[in-house]
Amino acid sequence: MSEYIPHEHDVLVIGAGGAGLRAAVEASAAGVKVAVITKSLLGKAHTVMAEGGVAAALGNVDDRDNWRVHFADTMRGGQYVNNWRMAELHAREAPARVRELEAWGALFDRTGDGRILQRNFGGHRYPRLAHVGDRTGLEMIRTLQDHGIHLGLDVFMEHTILRLLKDGDRIAGAFGYDRERGRFHLFRAKAVVLATGGIGRAYKITSNSWEYTGDGHALAYHAGASLMDMEFVQFHPTGMIWPPSVRGILVTEGVRGEGGVLRNRLGERFLFHDIPPLYVNQTAASEEEGWRYTQGDKNAKRPPELLTRDHVARCIRREVREGRGSPHGGVFLDIAWIKEKLPNAAEHIRKKLPSMYHQFKQLADIDITAEPMEVGPTTHYMMGGVRVDADSQMSDVPGLFAAGECAAGLHGANRLGGNSLSDLLVFGQRAGEYAARFARECPLPGVDAREVEAAERRALAPFGRSSSENPYSVQHRSQEVMQELVGIVRTEREMVEALERLRELHAAAERAGVDGNREYNNGWHTALDLDNLLAVSEMVARAALERKESRGAHFREDYPSKDEQCGKWNLVVRKGAGGEMEFTRVPIPPLRDELAAILREMQ
Amino acid sequence: MAKATFRIWRGERGRGAFCEYDTEVAPGMVVLDAVHQIQAEQAGDLAVRWNCKAGRCGSCSAEINGMPKLMCMTRLNALALDRPVTIEPMKAFPHVKDLVTDLAWNYAVKRRIPPFQPRKPDAPDGTWRIAQADVDRVQEFRKCIECYLCQDVCHVLREHHLHEQFMGPRFLVYTAALEMHPLDVDDRLAPLKKEFGVGLCNITKCCTKVCPESIAITDNAIIPLKERVVDRFFDPLTKLFRIFGHSET
Ligand SMILES: Cc1cc2nc3c(=O)[nH]c(=O)nc-3n(C[C@H](O)[C@H](O)[C@H](O)COP(=O)(O)OP(=O)(O)OC[C@H]3O[C@@H](n4cnc5c(N)ncnc54)[C@H](O)[C@@H]3O)c2cc1C
Ligand code: SF4
Ligand code: SF4
Ligand code: FES
Repeated sequence: MSEYIPHEHDVLVIGAGGAGLRAAVEASAAGVKVAVITKSLLGKAHTVMAEGGVAAALGNVDDRDNWRVHFADTMRGGQYVNNWRMAELHAREAPARVRELEAWGALFDRTGDGRILQRNFGGHRYPRLAHVGDRTGLEMIRTLQDHGIHLGLDVFMEHTILRLLKDGDRIAGAFGYDRERGRFHLFRAKAVVLATGGIGRAYKITSNSWEYTGDGHALAYHAGASLMDMEFVQFHPTGMIWPPSVRGILVTEGVRGEGGVLRNRLGERFLFHDIPPLYVNQTAASEEEGWRYTQGDKNAKRPPELLTRDHVARCIRREVREGRGSPHGGVFLDIAWIKEKLPNAAEHIRKKLPSMYHQFKQLADIDITAEPMEVGPTTHYMMGGVRVDADSQMSDVPGLFAAGECAAGLHGANRLGGNSLSDLLVFGQRAGEYAARFARECPLPGVDAREVEAAERRALAPFGRSSSENPYSVQHRSQEVMQELVGIVRTEREMVEALERLRELHAAAERAGVDGNREYNNGWHTALDLDNLLAVSEMVARAALERKESRGAHFREDYPSKDEQCGKWNLVVRKGAGGEMEFTRVPIPPLRDELAAILREMQ
Repeated sequence: MAKATFRIWRGERGRGAFCEYDTEVAPGMVVLDAVHQIQAEQAGDLAVRWNCKAGRCGSCSAEINGMPKLMCMTRLNALALDRPVTIEPMKAFPHVKDLVTDLAWNYAVKRRIPPFQPRKPDAPDGTWRIAQADVDRVQEFRKCIECYLCQDVCHVLREHHLHEQFMGPRFLVYTAALEMHPLDVDDRLAPLKKEFGVGLCNITKCCTKVCPESIAITDNAIIPLKERVVDRFFDPLTKLFRIFGHSET
């Protein structure tokens, strides 16, 4: 017999980061009854950590910028396997979404004439990132949260969804538990929006928090939705590497945007040695020109530090492998050097990058205004996710929508910095609007009691197996497998081994037991997250095996170059009839003429 | 490798006791690392909140050797490890389990504060022009990560339990940010005085001392708010002005 607390809503939003909150605000404004569910407290989702800024072609700093350039930049960054319709909508709508935040109270840094200031970021042709120092995500999530709480949303904090429920083909709601008491909850809903973020905890070195166990990806997969681009995991080039306990914590690209440079042990700006063909025309010819670019000289081109993340991360890895790394196995990121160029450099750095200044001072005893930082790649962002319709964000399960990091398409093989926060706003808004529309047009679906009972039994199983496998240990081992064998540089042999090890870990997870009771039991929560973590890890490894070329964030040592044929499809995975992962290559439809013309023009 | 001892408060809803755990410590470790290690190796069901591990989300607040701090930003080398390090939950809020407390009151207070209300857009493009200097003035307040450490130390809440009458330093900062927002046109002085009890603060500055974001809570937020309230409600001259001002509009 199941025991749970029942709830009923029109639209259920799973996730209270930027995407979830924006969706909830929109759905609520459309007049339907909305619930928001989050594993953490409100305002603590990953979005709060975003630093650098939100990309939108406002053209405030350089009036040559417009949506067409942003569109072309996003497609180039994604190596042309993006969903081009999403890239178009994103570029067109981001400016309005950013301005709207201002109307809800966000305060961005300003230009001299009082408009929203924009900064340079990797892969963006013009200064495009609206920002607030280096705490843009905080400003964004707080604005949405504080706007949202006055709209009558039902917010369920510290509730975790374990299972999506269906009525025939369509979505019917979700089943989960509250962390505080460990009670079960059944959320019936006409439409569900997944906004659960990424999968970074699948790796050992990551900038992501405990929440990022790929829940939304796994929930959608088990509900029969298709996922796409799972081979594309972004490794950010600059994470902290020393001391060991801070390994992986992000060092914002904003440091490079403000003039920070990367050097190897020999003091060389090694990125000048290797500039990818797609970017030769846009990259500075000399260090001097690069500096002028960061200072707003419109005739200068970008320094190579602002090349796309996949490339910079691989170059760093190469320097380290070839013995030119820093003492703790990274390279040097130097912003202090700008004192040669600017009076008051130290003050300028503290003003522009206050969080970075404190982070290094407090966690590593380093004063970034005086000495270089040591940095290395860290797992950062998931380009892959739920496959959705570009306009409505609906998955191929009727009534199930997805937005933000857990959805795929916009970023293709590699996301540009700043394009995530704008993604959350643009597609959060769309998901909210279409989910509300969907909900208004249909009755409340039924739920299958057996489905609920099965989910409940499965959730309680770890209590019956106390003191067998330790769930934390299974998690750590799985993170090591992914880090070592399915990381920045991949080969078939290693990934086959990874799959073997993941299979063993699956079995270990089935034995994972927990002590204590159901009240706020982190061990139990960790055990419950394992299923998702292992499922997404396996999907990443299988997808990466399947793509036999190197493109964007996906680099194969055994297939080191790009294969034009592989640029014609996306890899889609769904759960097969026998429960196996079924992969298909889905052709990318030809671009609309207007968009194709933009790409040609901006080559 | 060196070992250190951690005395962690374990228990549910206020009842419990300290448990001691020995664990290995490495250079650069923060308190949260030690707690995680203990959780993974010795106490699987230990309850603790965290998210970012970088001082940005404000989830991991606790009292470390009696001092309210973020566990993720407290380096072990800043503590004396020759004796046990004590870690307790915040005391100004109802206890849930181990290091976790019930913060619902904070969320409820915020919902009662009259929300942001901008003036009509007045730039030709339908937005606003705002000077950086005006932004700078409130950005300090907007840095707040809602860790509630300031609420935890404020004696009005912690000792006198005046949660019903007083919003606490966090929300005085929040209200100051709204009041000084360059676009906001609402006026929150009356509720500040009445429901939110700004007068209950007697400027001990304990909140300012613990703020991990170094917000000058008392000097820059509370005192200016108090002055505005006093000007409005107690200064007879201003009162007169207001009456006249009112009758003219
Ligand atoms: C350190 C850092 C810096 C970054 N800087 C930038 C930047 O400058 N610019 C930029 O564009 N991007 C940046 N990014 C990326 C960007 O922040 C994220 O991609 C984005 O915030 C994701 O938002 P989201 O709304 O999709 O998900 P999140 O904000 O992660 O929210 C996910 C939500 O889902 C909830 N959830 C998850 N699983 C469940 C479940 N099973 N049940 C219930 N709830 C669940 C979580 O509790 C959370 O509320 C950065 C990322 C990091 C880590
Ligand atoms: S200054 Fe006021 S708000 Fe801050 S701790 Fe003292 S009494 Fe509380
Ligand atoms: S004002 Fe400071 S101490 Fe108080 S909640 Fe905000 S960040 Fe924490
Ligand atoms: S974990 Fe985010 S502030 Fe400590």
